[in-house]
Amino acid sequence: MTELLLLVSVFAGSFLVGYLLILKVPPLLHTPLMSMTNAVSGVTVLGALLLFAVSTAPPERALGVLAILLATFNVVGGFAITDRMLKLFKEGRPPVLRPPGEAPAGEDGEQPAGG
Amino acid sequence: MDNAPRLIVDLVIVLVLIFGIALFRRRRSARAGNLMAAVALACALAVALSRDPLVEPFFAVAALLLGAAAAYPLAMRVRMIHIPSMVAFQNGAGGLAACLVSLVELWRGTGVLAPAGAAGGILALALGAATFSGSMVAVGKLAGAFRQTPVRLPWHGVLLAAAFLATLLTGALAGLMAPAPAGLFLVVLGLALCVGLVLSVRVGGADMPVLISLLNAGTGLAAAFTGMVVGNSFLIACGAMVGASGTILTLAMCRAMNRSIPGVLTGGGVPSGPIPSGGTVEEETPAAPPEQAPTEPFDAAVAALRGADTVIIVPGYGMALAQAQSEVVRLADRLESLGKEVCFAIHPVAGRMPGHMNVLLAEAEADYEKLLQMEAVNPRFKDADVALVVGACDVVNPAAIDVEGTPISGMPILMAREAGRVVVCNLDEKPGYSGVENPLYESPKALPLWGDAKETVARLLQALD
Repeated sequence: MTELLLLVSVFAGSFLVGYLLILKVPPLLHTPLMSMTNAVSGVTVLGALLLFAVSTAPPERALGVLAILLATFNVVGGFAITDRMLKLFKEGRPPVLRPPGEAPAGEDGEQPAGG
Repeated sequence: MDNAPRLIVDLVIVLVLIFGIALFRRRRSARAGNLMAAVALACALAVALSRDPLVEPFFAVAALLLGAAAAYPLAMRVRMIHIPSMVAFQNGAGGLAACLVSLVELWRGTGVLAPAGAAGGILALALGAATFSGSMVAVGKLAGAFRQTPVRLPWHGVLLAAAFLATLLTGALAGLMAPAPAGLFLVVLGLALCVGLVLSVRVGGADMPVLISLLNAGTGLAAAFTGMVVGNSFLIACGAMVGASGTILTLAMCRAMNRSIPGVLTGGGVPSGPIPSGGTVEEETPAAPPEQAPTEPFDAAVAALRGADTVIIVPGYGMALAQAQSEVVRLADRLESLGKEVCFAIHPVAGRMPGHMNVLLAEAEADYEKLLQMEAVNPRFKDADVALVVGACDVVNPAAIDVEGTPISGMPILMAREAGRVVVCNLDEKPGYSGVENPLYESPKALPLWGDAKETVARLLQALD
């Protein structure tokens, strides 16, 4: 009974803390946020590894291997993409405000590779 | 065994994760936050392995390495327009993993699991399976494997309710039967797969952000319930936080469209009846431009841009479909170099997942400080000389305010119509996803430049040289 109580309070507490923190995340970062939390949900990899803490029958082993594979894909891919995405948010480019008449020097930046 | 030291270690790891999430409140610290979350997970992995060493490490470690090796190169290559389908795919992978772990645990522990564990396991099994099938449908739609338009099966609502109830009943039965037959769990799994399938085929196009957020929450909760069956509180904590995040984003997306979750999932309010034509046409498809846009509005648009002091650019998903992001950002740079004040107006549901438009523009190297979200930018439109709409329709449609009873009535919009002139670089004058005609195009302020957005913006760029 205390076990159940502990599990439920961990759930409720984490949900509440998560809710309060994530309310403050600006919409600008909603996509990286979702990508990061998505990676965190791959935490099931721990559960999948626990399956191998006892000796397994072949069907269990097959399912367990598949679960580890999928969850690792979720975790690694999620964190890697989030990092890449956050690197894209750039700031502090050279100020572009110039007097209207003046010709912009050497504009026409590199053409991004098509497609 | 003594639980106290274990709990303290778990708590420390959870705190690291919480701190990582907290760092997402600012853009500058978000990258560190992502790293902290990853570190928290790595620590949890190490701790779990030290507590319960693997009996048969070979398969587990091989799977671990293989999963990572498959994910990393893909993550490094994927383009920002494909992020929603990538996220949906990962979501599905996480859901299926949760489902499989619970299935094995339920099989093993039949009759010996504590009631909390059994209940958690069955919930994780069902929720994981439903998010898996739902996510795979979402991936298919987003990747263009099949039509993005909503699919309405005969008796769709009844079918969904029936599948849901059947899952619930068989799940409850499996939980109550002391040693439940192994096959019963497979029935629950199968039924839950149907729920996810029926649920997500009904959602399409511009409603995708809601579906993706919901699936995100679902995977999180599935992970939390998996934690209950394997008895790992770190799983529960992580899953609950992801669930909270997904819930917040789902509600935010619904609010931004003035729709309810059931409304989106059952298709309530999407084109059906009195709405003038358009049907369920996807926003802007980057087909060949029909013909050269007439030159007159084009010249007027160039003159308006030249004469403007402030320009607000309103990008929509049509811009991404036309792959016009870098042209649009270069046009913004050009306008700035001509001494004009330029910013981007971002609607919360622009794109295919929450905040998608921001990363699309960031990828095209827009300065993130110029990406203004709806509440911040709306008061600025009345002082702006030109609103430049690129591939957006519903999010600037004044019918949302002026007309009652349309699918978008009451939806908050970007007030492009308040700007001095409205230059519209859309493919054609067809309505957006909602199917509601956009009266903005008929306004005397409007300068519609129909045609492929990428070409139109490139021509504007040239003309401003």
